[in-house]
Amino acid sequence: MPKHETPLLDQLETGPWPSFVSDLKRQAASRAQKQNEIQYQIPVDVVEDLLGLLELSYVEKEVHWKHGGIVGVFGYGGGVIGRYCDQPAKFPGVAHFHTVRVNQPAGKYYKTDFLRQLADLWDFRGSGVTNMHGSTGDIILLGTTTPQLEEIFFELTHKMNQDLGGSGSNLRTPEACLGESRCEWSCYDTQELCYQLTMEYQDELHRPAFPYKFKFKFDGCPNGCVASIARADLSFIGTWRDDIRIDQEAVAGYVGGELNPNGGAHAGKDWGPFDIQKEVIDLCPTKCMWMEGGKLKINDRECTRCMHCLNVMPRALRIGNDRGLSILAGAKAPILDGAQMSSLLVPFMKVEDPYDNIKEIIENIWDWWMEEGKNRERLGETMKRQGFQKLLEVTGIPADPRHVEHPRFTPYIFWKEEEVPGGFERDIADYRTRHPK
Amino acid sequence: MAFISSGYNPDKPMENRITDIGPRHYSEFLPPVIKNNKGKWLWHEIIEPGVLMHKAESGDEVYSVRVGTARIMGVETLREVLDIADKHCDGYVRWTTRNNIEFMVDSKDKVQPLKDDLLSRKFDGGSYKFPIGGTGAGLTNIVHTQGWIHCHTPASDASGTVKVVMDELFEEFGQMRMPAQLRISMACCLNMCGAVHCSDIAILGYHRKPPAIDHEELDNLCEIPLAVASCPTAAIRPTKTTITDRKTGEEKSVKTVAIKNERCMFCGNCYTMCPALPLTDAEGDGLVIMAGGKVSNRIDAPKFSKVVVAFLPNETPRWPSLAKCMRQMVDAYVKGARKYERFGHWAERIGWERFFEVTGLEFTHHLIDDFRDPAYFTWRQTTNFKF
Repeated sequence: MPKHETPLLDQLETGPWPSFVSDLKRQAASRAQKQNEIQYQIPVDVVEDLLGLLELSYVEKEVHWKHGGIVGVFGYGGGVIGRYCDQPAKFPGVAHFHTVRVNQPAGKYYKTDFLRQLADLWDFRGSGVTNMHGSTGDIILLGTTTPQLEEIFFELTHKMNQDLGGSGSNLRTPEACLGESRCEWSCYDTQELCYQLTMEYQDELHRPAFPYKFKFKFDGCPNGCVASIARADLSFIGTWRDDIRIDQEAVAGYVGGELNPNGGAHAGKDWGPFDIQKEVIDLCPTKCMWMEGGKLKINDRECTRCMHCLNVMPRALRIGNDRGLSILAGAKAPILDGAQMSSLLVPFMKVEDPYDNIKEIIENIWDWWMEEGKNRERLGETMKRQGFQKLLEVTGIPADPRHVEHPRFTPYIFWKEEEVPGGFERDIADYRTRHPK
Repeated sequence: MAFISSGYNPDKPMENRITDIGPRHYSEFLPPVIKNNKGKWLWHEIIEPGVLMHKAESGDEVYSVRVGTARIMGVETLREVLDIADKHCDGYVRWTTRNNIEFMVDSKDKVQPLKDDLLSRKFDGGSYKFPIGGTGAGLTNIVHTQGWIHCHTPASDASGTVKVVMDELFEEFGQMRMPAQLRISMACCLNMCGAVHCSDIAILGYHRKPPAIDHEELDNLCEIPLAVASCPTAAIRPTKTTITDRKTGEEKSVKTVAIKNERCMFCGNCYTMCPALPLTDAEGDGLVIMAGGKVSNRIDAPKFSKVVVAFLPNETPRWPSLAKCMRQMVDAYVKGARKYERFGHWAERIGWERFFEVTGLEFTHHLIDDFRDPAYFTWRQTTNFKF
């Protein structure tokens, strides 16, 4: 018998897609069943009460969680989000239900022994409910009590060699696509750069010193599988600056129908025979490709590396050899002044250990934003308020037409005094010698 | 429930303390075929929906079987994932950015037994535990936020709305018959813990009533200047009011705030700064539907999603209007878009006036932007329109 009747949630057990309600019920039943075996450190019926509270939200259509409150582990200002419910008498198991963010390995590969250890720890000291993964990329452990926080941290660090992720006005846990580990399009080792910068900035990740949150995300190519351009204050997107490598035999294979275009991505519908002119050459945004004597030609100088042709013919076209990344800055969600995407700041940079060129950009931006950013102002908002020219100034990057979609609309240029010969000090007497009153 | 110590000594928190060690290095967790061929992959092919094959310079192949999950995962189900990975994949497994799991094997003959095993597993309620799909020109898993299950600011539930939409569109998860990939995202408030604002279709929780003001608690719970400063439209000002003390019955003057309701855009930023200003409300809260965004640079620049439905109510537990709206949009897209056109490309090519016609969605005055300067750039400054 479940502790709480959940007639509304029960209706989310039907249908083919994995049911989170069924999953939670399974977890609740497992705790009840194993309570003599495992000395659960938080209430055995925590998941029952979670379902009960959620059912109440489904009935009332209002949320029942309160603000965080300050909880965490000693010396860190992030990694734990305090959570309390506003109906503790009815649902004592979730009266305290704090979240722990665990910094995921780059690319989210795991060995099962590691996750088994984590599952055992979380079963024992928490609700056993996780998110694999949270939106920012962390492993999310949902629901434990305050006394368990230090215990969990101790076990993570001592037994699993594993640290917490970021929350609050910190560097948030950086996230990377799987990069070179399993993708032919990755223009740099996203996992390694993600790991190295995560380690370099541990202090910024754990101890809040910023105006607001700050996110790094690492995409290996302009396809953008971790959506860095939409989600990260600094987006690191792989690119190349030499020529696309062409295998003409494979091009002929696609044209002749021997190779499956799009890596098979469109195989579920009959779109007719592959037409390289229509599907590749005509869709090229810069029109820099053509067929000549049965061979595909590319004027690489005009290519903007949008990836379309590579996506369509992965066996014929490969990224160039002179690889690196572009850095874009300032993406954020709508709170407060509307959503922003990242804007191109560094068109190209090589990615080489010890990454000093990249760190210099990051630290110059932080110095400026920490000085000038208002409370709860994301980098993108500071950029809007003080201008892109200011961002160039603090990073020492010269202005470049690649920085803009087009030159400015308004002629209201804020000339600086040192840019105008003779400066701004005017002598009205001298003026009057030429222009009497 | 006896407290069992991990070894941590609360009297001496710094004793043997380990900090700032970061995550485990990813290389510890790479399957051998991945580790051996890292940076040396030649090409890939989706050999069937949900199954990718990557070919390396060495001739090695890795087959990845992708399955959807609900994202919320109890450790019981997690252990089941690990058992499968031990049985078929030598103890390795990975997750994708969009809450899918990938089981990787190093030869083709291992794919079918793995697939059979995955599809044979169902929850007690009847749903699949590990549906295979999410590749190529089809629907992949919805990235989403916490909703009513764990957040304090949501205007809707995330897991429930996602379940409903994925049930409605389930057959598209396991097929690749769309003009391009379709990325759907769900965020339960404007904080958008995910890239909702650049998705093919975005489902967004939104409040429609200004905050209630708890005058009794406000000055105790909040820094009034911070609450005032938090409002992007300057709708909040400090004030005093008279309340009746619940204990003594006496009237007393308290410091609090006043809200100019007509300026409120319901963003909830004040509530984040001040818990005495709650927004959640059964009638007020619901969903906004946005469409036509993307994050990829393919063919053209990334795009923001646009609001195409101003409000859908929270029809718990199965949000029928939401499911219907998604079905209308997806069907119209699949029918009308050309190969390679993302949702936004299609809407822009046919024109938004046609978009509302072919989807059957209603265009209302709420869909015309009136938020600050960027609004102007969304109005039509041309005589080029369709009848």
